[in-house]
Amino acid sequence: MIRVILPNHLQSLSNIDREVALDVEGPATISKILDQLEEQYPMLRGTIRDHVTKERRPFLRFFACGEDLTLDPPDTPLPAQVVQGTQSLRIVGAMAGG
Amino acid sequence: MSLVRVLVGTRKGAFILISDARRKDWQVNGPHFAGWEIYHLKGSPADPDRIYASQTSSWFGQVIQRSDDGGNTWEPVGNKFLYDGDPGMHQTFDGTQVPWVFKRIWYLEPTPNDPDTLYAGAEDAALFRSSDGGQTWQELSGLRSVKGNLWQPGAGGMCLHTILLDPKDPDRIFVAISAAGAFRTDDGGQTWRAINNGLISNFELPDSTAEVGHCVHNIAMHPTRPDVLFMQKHWDVMRSDDAGQSWVEISGNLPTDFGFPIAVHAHEPETIYVVPIKSDGEHFPPDGKLRVFRSRTGGNEWEALTNGLPQKDCYVNVLRSAFAVDSLDSCGLYFGTTGGQVYASADSGDHWAPIVRDLPAVLSVEVQTLP
Repeated sequence: MIRVILPNHLQSLSNIDREVALDVEGPATISKILDQLEEQYPMLRGTIRDHVTKERRPFLRFFACGEDLTLDPPDTPLPAQVVQGTQSLRIVGAMAGG
Repeated sequence: MSLVRVLVGTRKGAFILISDARRKDWQVNGPHFAGWEIYHLKGSPADPDRIYASQTSSWFGQVIQRSDDGGNTWEPVGNKFLYDGDPGMHQTFDGTQVPWVFKRIWYLEPTPNDPDTLYAGAEDAALFRSSDGGQTWQELSGLRSVKGNLWQPGAGGMCLHTILLDPKDPDRIFVAISAAGAFRTDDGGQTWRAINNGLISNFELPDSTAEVGHCVHNIAMHPTRPDVLFMQKHWDVMRSDDAGQSWVEISGNLPTDFGFPIAVHAHEPETIYVVPIKSDGEHFPPDGKLRVFRSRTGGNEWEALTNGLPQKDCYVNVLRSAFAVDSLDSCGLYFGTTGGQVYASADSGDHWAPIVRDLPAVLSVEVQTLP
């Protein structure tokens, strides 16, 4: 299972706990994780990435294993620790606004 | 006894204020959607417990929420607002052309007879319609064909912020856009015309009487007289007696005719209200006095309503959607400020008192009168 941590506002929007566990088939990528997340929680569509272009919203970032994965192409395979569930993928609201 | 439910959208959540018809003692519920900007909430006239809310965030984009129990519980519905085809370009502040980009929903207007059908006003300016309770949205793109390439943003963005449905003609809709002007459809939204004849924007436009480009801040009508419209423009308070075909200025003796909201009394179609603001560069009341001005003559002759409102050191603003009118026999008025106060009057504005004083900055106020 892949563990994903959502920002607080998206936790309340989707009515889920801090961390959600997802089954992702095949090599795990951010793109696939978001596909699965939006499938299970349709209210998150459009809040992390654009409905049509799938482009990440500009004030969101992706962190895992102490690394910033935000600017990696969304089909980049994720680190093994994320795939194995020993580390979580964190979706983070960017610092903006003080 | 009737109940009054005031729906307040703020920079950091929604609040629902409830009182009986005396409007003295208020229950404050909220924040709903804490931390999110709530641009607007509005209840369905056909089913008052059906309420829609526009929830938005620079981080997470647009969400539409729907309640079926008067705002106690909420369910996110559709947030896929796609322009119809290639929306092309519009003007930006310096006159250059930039692409149309959806940013947020400013205004929601449920239809009178069907709680599942409603309109939504967007930034960048467009009108959307849903007929399935907000699950899916379709743009009425004919509006943008009225010289949309010449529309431009006001300070708040290029927003469609006001939607008025003609109670006598379901095919007639009025909308207002900053900074494009007022527009009308007579065929349910397929085709539109600009209704800006008589508006003069000396300081804002190179052609002061242009067909489009005027910064219309708000328009209002009385439901019994849908051909009579009142407008607060960037500068100037205006009136039309022919459904927007032509406008005349009614600023009269106002201390300043800049402002944002305009409203009509529930039972007196010639009684109207504005909140004068010093200027476009100084968004606060003149002389530090928060005054609502009332005209009982449909404009030109105005009186200041001050009883219960701060008359010194007050430097808040009242935004365009933050003034509402209830329909009780003794007409109630409500407005919210950027300082977080919501004031109420139960007697047409003669006396005012705060319901709450310390909310986040208020973006919108609506009121429902419940049996």
